[in-house]
Amino acid sequence: MAKKMKINDVIELLKDADVEALEGVTFEGDIELEIDETAAGIDSLFAYTMGQETAKIGLYLLNLARSVGYPVDQIAGMPAQPLAPSVPKLSKLIESKFSVGTNDEWKTQIQEVTLGATSSDGGTRGHTITLGGEKALPYYFDAPMPNRNYVTIDVFDMPIGMAKAVKSNYEDVMEDPGEWAKKVVKEFNADLVTIHLISTDPLLNDTPAVEASKTVEEVLQAVDVPIVIGGSGNPEKDPLVLERAAEVAEGERCLLASASLNLDYERIAAAANKYGHVVLSWTQLEINAQKELNRKLMKQCGVDRDRIIVDPTTAALGYGLDYAYSNMERIRLAGLIGDEELNFPMSSGTTNAWGAREAWMVSSPLKEDSDWGPREYRGPIWEIVTGLTLALGGNDLFMMMHPGAVKVLKEITQTLFGSIKTDEIDLSNWVAEVVA
Amino acid sequence: MKVNSPLQVYKYLPQTNCGECGEATCMAFASHLLDRSNKIEDCPPILDGKYKKKYLELSELLASEIREVIAGVGETAVKIGGDDVLYRHQLTFFDPTVLAYDVSDTMSEEELVGRVKKISEFKKFYVGAFLKVDMVAVRSTSNDPSKFKAAVKKVTETTTLPLILCSFNPEVLAAGLEVCADRKPILYAATKENWQQVSELALEHKTPVVLFSPGDLDELKTLAVSFKEIGINDIILDPGTYPRGEQLKTTFENFLKLRRAGIKEGQKDIAYPIMATPITSWMVNEDPVTASYWETVLASVFTVKYGDMMIMHSIEPYALLPEVHIRSTIFTDPRTPVRVDPGVYEVGSPTKDSPVIITTNFALTYYTVESDISSNDINCYLATVDTDGIGVQASVAGGQLTAAKIKETFDNAGFDFKEKTSHNTVILPGMAARLQGDVEDTTGLNVKIGPPDSGRIFGWMETNWPPK
Repeated sequence: MAKKMKINDVIELLKDADVEALEGVTFEGDIELEIDETAAGIDSLFAYTMGQETAKIGLYLLNLARSVGYPVDQIAGMPAQPLAPSVPKLSKLIESKFSVGTNDEWKTQIQEVTLGATSSDGGTRGHTITLGGEKALPYYFDAPMPNRNYVTIDVFDMPIGMAKAVKSNYEDVMEDPGEWAKKVVKEFNADLVTIHLISTDPLLNDTPAVEASKTVEEVLQAVDVPIVIGGSGNPEKDPLVLERAAEVAEGERCLLASASLNLDYERIAAAANKYGHVVLSWTQLEINAQKELNRKLMKQCGVDRDRIIVDPTTAALGYGLDYAYSNMERIRLAGLIGDEELNFPMSSGTTNAWGAREAWMVSSPLKEDSDWGPREYRGPIWEIVTGLTLALGGNDLFMMMHPGAVKVLKEITQTLFGSIKTDEIDLSNWVAEVVA
Repeated sequence: MKVNSPLQVYKYLPQTNCGECGEATCMAFASHLLDRSNKIEDCPPILDGKYKKKYLELSELLASEIREVIAGVGETAVKIGGDDVLYRHQLTFFDPTVLAYDVSDTMSEEELVGRVKKISEFKKFYVGAFLKVDMVAVRSTSNDPSKFKAAVKKVTETTTLPLILCSFNPEVLAAGLEVCADRKPILYAATKENWQQVSELALEHKTPVVLFSPGDLDELKTLAVSFKEIGINDIILDPGTYPRGEQLKTTFENFLKLRRAGIKEGQKDIAYPIMATPITSWMVNEDPVTASYWETVLASVFTVKYGDMMIMHSIEPYALLPEVHIRSTIFTDPRTPVRVDPGVYEVGSPTKDSPVIITTNFALTYYTVESDISSNDINCYLATVDTDGIGVQASVAGGQLTAAKIKETFDNAGFDFKEKTSHNTVILPGMAARLQGDVEDTTGLNVKIGPPDSGRIFGWMETNWPPK
């Protein structure tokens, strides 16, 4: 009762039938499809061997059988009894080539923005740093990334409370912002220094703007890297403080942190224009607010495109990093496909990671948790993972605090950027070779 | 997924609005199939014979772009892959990266059992649930089938978590399968050298199998196409995770290429889950803290960018905590609301002497504070201020948390301090200390400054409550 058919016969048989591929049916071993003629009313038994053609025909046959009401799925689910013994059907691999295209939607370059000015440009910095310029998501193969990521380390104009693991690095310099700045550049390899004028906060020392600006001069003299100048975050006083600081740092092309929608951003923009600085455009996890502020800075305040960096807000790992990451990724993607209100380099207050209790607390406040282990190892990795995630979302500049975290973040971002060469290693037997 | 509107899906449904799926209408069910909060199998009628054709067609239309592979059995089974988009904001990422931690067959039994227990028992509370890790990878460092078999057996006796059997020697893998095939382990790995024997094992035992081709995507695709041909569909791709230098950069690019080919270009013959092996950090770093840190760095990179499963070694808390948190970060559904409704909530059974604590309506903040309070059995009122879903520190800086907003919260909730409390006092978060004066003036209440982190409320209460 067995009848053999050639493949061509089957194709001929099926060509007028409305057949479709069948997902979800798996053929294992050699195909030998058996259709009981008494049950199905089909007077054929097909047996085929070998290869892809067979599988396809099997699918067609199943569909054909289904179309006449045969309980196909029972066949497909039948025990393997009619299958041939398990011998590999392939005597050799089916050689294939992999290829994938590049993204042709990314037509707009991210703005390049330079921080710092050397003597040839009217400043006193030893070198400048250029951020942005990407034509693809970070480290993607679609287009080379023109500038690497940079790290600016935080320096404060007064001693502040900080996690123990961070503080132990700065105890000797906390009273002296100049020395502090030197230390982060010389010992911790900071690309830039951020001087936070937090003592100007009316709720802290209420240091007058004029006096605070002296700290800026001090830092400019102590180090020759480009600098970032931060206020206290007080929306009434920051415009005053940053204006005065901008004046004493005239021509140094500093980054003024920050202009935001809830303070007098026009004054900060005007100070940047007048004294030759760059504006940090800060919004809170809201892409439309970021567009609005950037638009106002450009159209209303006349800030040139090469003087804007955006800070869309960094939330720590476990405390909203999902929003911060997707917000940055959306901003970068929008920029790449042509939104000229969003194609600016980005900056992250990565230091915010230290607000996470996992970074600093001695142990978990919840008795149900597994042991959190020593906190001195938890903090830096929290800062690293927070920063690294945002690097993958398109962030260019990282404001950080822990020297160990800075080192590791630089290592991974520069590896993905392509500037770290090492000896090649052979993975082919890693399973046995990993010794740990 | 080949469909994108509920109407397209609706055409394949019975259109009877019978409600058996739990939705009011077939259209509502259709939209839940699209966002993958329901499965087709939740519709009993469509499983009936007369809809069979539509059922199968719809199954194909709704299938994820990246194949979903299931390993393990029962409650601890894991789903790997299953993604439909390249960026999480486009929908959400499905099937969180499966995290596996290794043991080896040359470890002492004591060390092996100790590690397996730590892996199985690890938990970290987060927003109403515990974050955990998923699998145990058993590595054959002995290359001895009997030793491997014994180690695998010991692991299965110690945990219900699913296993990855790791060896490039098919005899070793076969020995491991003898004692755990019923647990549906993953075979690691088939290579261009051992593919014939490993494919036989995968077919015989119906286990998922990893194809390993370090640094060579042509060879990886060759293996994938060949395995598919043999009839193996539960495939996971390992393009090799080189731990440093230009090889690591290439590794990163390979992950991007594979996923782009699978999702954007619809290349079905390569649209499988991808796995990473951050454990290779231990091949290039001698100091254990450095090795563990770098391993976590690699794990983070490949959690963010397309790793569906990965094997690590370090089970130190400073590795596990960031690893489970970055996974939760990337795989949290961005469609879930950011905010909770503002209002005054009771935690436990507050009395007139219980404190009134202020926080924001950012969901993460709210759930963190709420769990800190309830975990320590503190009875209180928790006033949740509408800060547009922004956390405490940021909303103080951004002006969303103000004295006026705090007053409004109590007014809208009809919360009368004279009636509900004996102390006329609110507790501001430590991060909002600068609002103290304003809140006192605006509300006429006494204001106390709580700790900067709600994890410390319990300790703070001991010295600061009741107010003097």
